Amino acid sequence: MQQGRDSLSPIAQWRYASLQTLPVMFGYLPLGAAFGILFMQLGHPWWMALVMSLFIYAGAGQFMAVTLLANHAGLLEVAVATFMLNSRHLFYGLSLLKRFKGAGWRKPYLIFALTDETYSLLTNQGQQEQGPEDHANAWRISLLNQLWWVLGTLAGAMAGALLDFDSRGIEFALTALFIVLTLEQASRLRQALPFVIALFTGLGALILLPEQNLLLGAIGAASLILLVHYLWAGRSRGSY
Amino acid sequence: METTALLIFIAVSALATFATRVLPFVALSRHADHPLILHLGRYLPPAVMMILVIYALRDFRPLSEEHLNMTPNGWPVIIASLTVVALHLWRRNALLSIVAGTGLYMLMVQLGPVDVSFTAALAPVFIRGKAGGEKFGYSK
Repeated sequence: MQQGRDSLSPIAQWRYASLQTLPVMFGYLPLGAAFGILFMQLGHPWWMALVMSLFIYAGAGQFMAVTLLANHAGLLEVAVATFMLNSRHLFYGLSLLKRFKGAGWRKPYLIFALTDETYSLLTNQGQQEQGPEDHANAWRISLLNQLWWVLGTLAGAMAGALLDFDSRGIEFALTALFIVLTLEQASRLRQALPFVIALFTGLGALILLPEQNLLLGAIGAASLILLVHYLWAGRSRGSY
Repeated sequence: METTALLIFIAVSALATFATRVLPFVALSRHADHPLILHLGRYLPPAVMMILVIYALRDFRPLSEEHLNMTPNGWPVIIASLTVVALHLWRRNALLSIVAGTGLYMLMVQLGPVDVSFTAALAPVFIRGKAGGEKFGYSK
């Protein structure tokens, strides 16, 4: 599968990339549609949903944006809440610093399009090839993933505007996605540590913190515990 | 909300999202190999995913008025979640797990003993802000 992809025709290269994005397509079409439908409940024009999926392009972030819009949140609140919710992306970039080096004109888009799912695909695929060929394939995967998201949004916005579609319960797709991603992470890592920390901080935040600070508190506390764990592990190794 | 205000809102949200993605590339490119960065890069993403699951299930209430709660924030959400887990462990197919779990949940919510007030609160159940879902206009 890997050898000689340079010699493949453009059509074959896109075909190969779209096969890789197939699972994301099945996640993004219903999720994008769920977002489109939810957004239309606010009574804004349908193309605004499209603008959001084109320029924000973040699953959970856009769902939260719907909530913030409904609650008439201030712009500072929007900026802080969005940054905090998506702050997990900070750590995605870290592991791709080297991978994206030298990606040239593709690099800005590769960074912009770095969602949970794109990150999963890019880090899960074997890295037999490097350099331009890897960047080109990563770019195709990123672009296709956003295409699925935008198409889903469009379908949802249309359905929300035109049909009297009973969408109650569809937002569970987001919960299902997080569950699937957690299982994928667990099977990749095969270590209990981060999940124990997450249970501890997640349930702790649930009990102790008000709703709007819950996510930030839990993720912040988890980072802090991981920092302490790093220092502690480093001291027991005697490396500093 | 008028179009301009909405576009400004979208621009702010887009910039904040892009900031989280681009910051490591502009700020830390020289420290990519620092062991602390590698440590966080390894353990934080799975922890965050798990926290997102807990966050998504935070409105679960097992009982309502001393009966099993079968409204959307009751057992349907747990049954659907367990279905997703079981299906995913079995077939390892993201499509199947997500679509089947969501379909089952929608079925339970739409056919089950749904209290109207809970239905109104359901829409933004995962990312609901302070004011709750009343503003989503599920009046029809």
